[in-house]
Amino acid sequence: MSTPREHIIKSYDDELTRLTGEIVRMGELSVAQLEAAIDVVERRDERAAQRVVDNDDAIDAMEQEISHDVVRLLALRAPLAGDLRNVFAALRIAADIERIGDYAANVAKRSIPLSMVAPVTATGSLGHLAELAATEVRQVLAAYRDRDAESAYQVWKDDADLDDAYTALFRQLLTYMMEDPRNITPCTHLLFMAKNIERIGDHATNIAENVWFLVHGEPLTAQRMKRDLTSSPDFDLKR
Amino acid sequence: MTDHAANPSFAGTAQAGADTTGIEAPAKMTVRNLNFYYDGFHALKNIAMDIPEKKVTAIIGPSGCGKSTLLRIFNRIYAIYPKLVASGEIVLDGENILDAKYSMNRLRSKVGMVFQKPVPFPMTIFENVAYGIRHHERLNRSEMEGRVEQALRSAALWDEVKDKLKQSALGLSGGQQQRLCIARGIALKPEVLLLDEPTSALDPIATSRIEQLVEELKNDFTIVIVTHNMQQAARCSDLTAFMYMGELIEFDRTEKIFTKPNKKQTEDYITGRFG
Repeated sequence: MSTPREHIIKSYDDELTRLTGEIVRMGELSVAQLEAAIDVVERRDERAAQRVVDNDDAIDAMEQEISHDVVRLLALRAPLAGDLRNVFAALRIAADIERIGDYAANVAKRSIPLSMVAPVTATGSLGHLAELAATEVRQVLAAYRDRDAESAYQVWKDDADLDDAYTALFRQLLTYMMEDPRNITPCTHLLFMAKNIERIGDHATNIAENVWFLVHGEPLTAQRMKRDLTSSPDFDLKR
Repeated sequence: MTDHAANPSFAGTAQAGADTTGIEAPAKMTVRNLNFYYDGFHALKNIAMDIPEKKVTAIIGPSGCGKSTLLRIFNRIYAIYPKLVASGEIVLDGENILDAKYSMNRLRSKVGMVFQKPVPFPMTIFENVAYGIRHHERLNRSEMEGRVEQALRSAALWDEVKDKLKQSALGLSGGQQQRLCIARGIALKPEVLLLDEPTSALDPIATSRIEQLVEELKNDFTIVIVTHNMQQAARCSDLTAFMYMGELIEFDRTEKIFTKPNKKQTEDYITGRFG
């Protein structure tokens, strides 16, 4: 994408650049939280898990700060056209990142009761799911930073892989539960954690849609192929 | 002559890619191949646009882009100066107003104009409004009083001046004077009202009153407003034309121009990047 010309008022450019920087930093923090959450699940470290939960406050505070900056920009700069889309997208993206942070914290929170029961083998699959989600978030943040709509669209499409992985894990966990009722408690926790991670992917696609809108000024309308089949009445465990 | 009936809508404009959703009004004025020269300087280049009826069309652009020149051609004010030449067509209700045979008196009664600085005549408030009417029509006293009241009411000034109609207009505030000028303009019952930066000399409250008035006046008049204030164009117009160096760069629905203009030049101007 061509580099936009600078504003006549330089401090306006500084404020917009700072806004983008804040969003990217907030996003990186949310990915770090997700990775830390998976780490504590695998290490069964309750104290570290609590630290991850507590760290979510930092992401919430960043969202507040971004909201404040957006309101200030709207009031004082009255942005128009591309600038308006930029500011509007920043507000929406910050809300998505805040939710990503919440899901990461939820994963960490559930790791505490999970670490109190005997380990189950399916825990390992959660790491794979989280890796896919973290990659999605990182790529969409880079697309946002670079105003790269095509790369954002690629993330939007790739979320189908995360949905597939989630559906596969869902089957796996149900199988474990049916095999041995003692697995029900840990597998239920894992199921919720997997769902949280799958939702992180959905928020990454929301961000991708906002990047698309920011660049093109129109919504990404094509209907995304829905691959999370677990809520479908046709979902067949035996398949 | 352009066949006005064959070109009934804004969609007929020469502007490529214009989004006309929600603008279904027929064209009141159709501008085609308009060129204008100030003593040899090519000030307007091949302007083509349709001004829709009973809508507000804003013209924006940097100083010297030709926006005020264009507005002044709409009622041929330029004709009072020598060495100014306009070519092309501006068709108003099927007739080319640039045609020398088109009577100036008739044009001025159809196309009214309000200027940047309010210029009330040094006479009473009543006479300011009645002056132009007398020039065009013979009315008896009660008819004239009715017309003056109607014009002052339409200009949202009646309640403020009804008890001092015999006082000098020069005693009014700037905002009231500008509304008086609008009353004077609409007293002749024109069809098109041209506003040349009508609020640039007014404070924000007086500006809001004028903008509210524009909103109300578009029920009866086709309005063209030239403004330096982009937020004003955004607030009170249905369509916005962006001009630069004598050319019409983009002409589209105001919402489109201010959220997603097609041309980079438009975007750079409205976002404050024009270097």
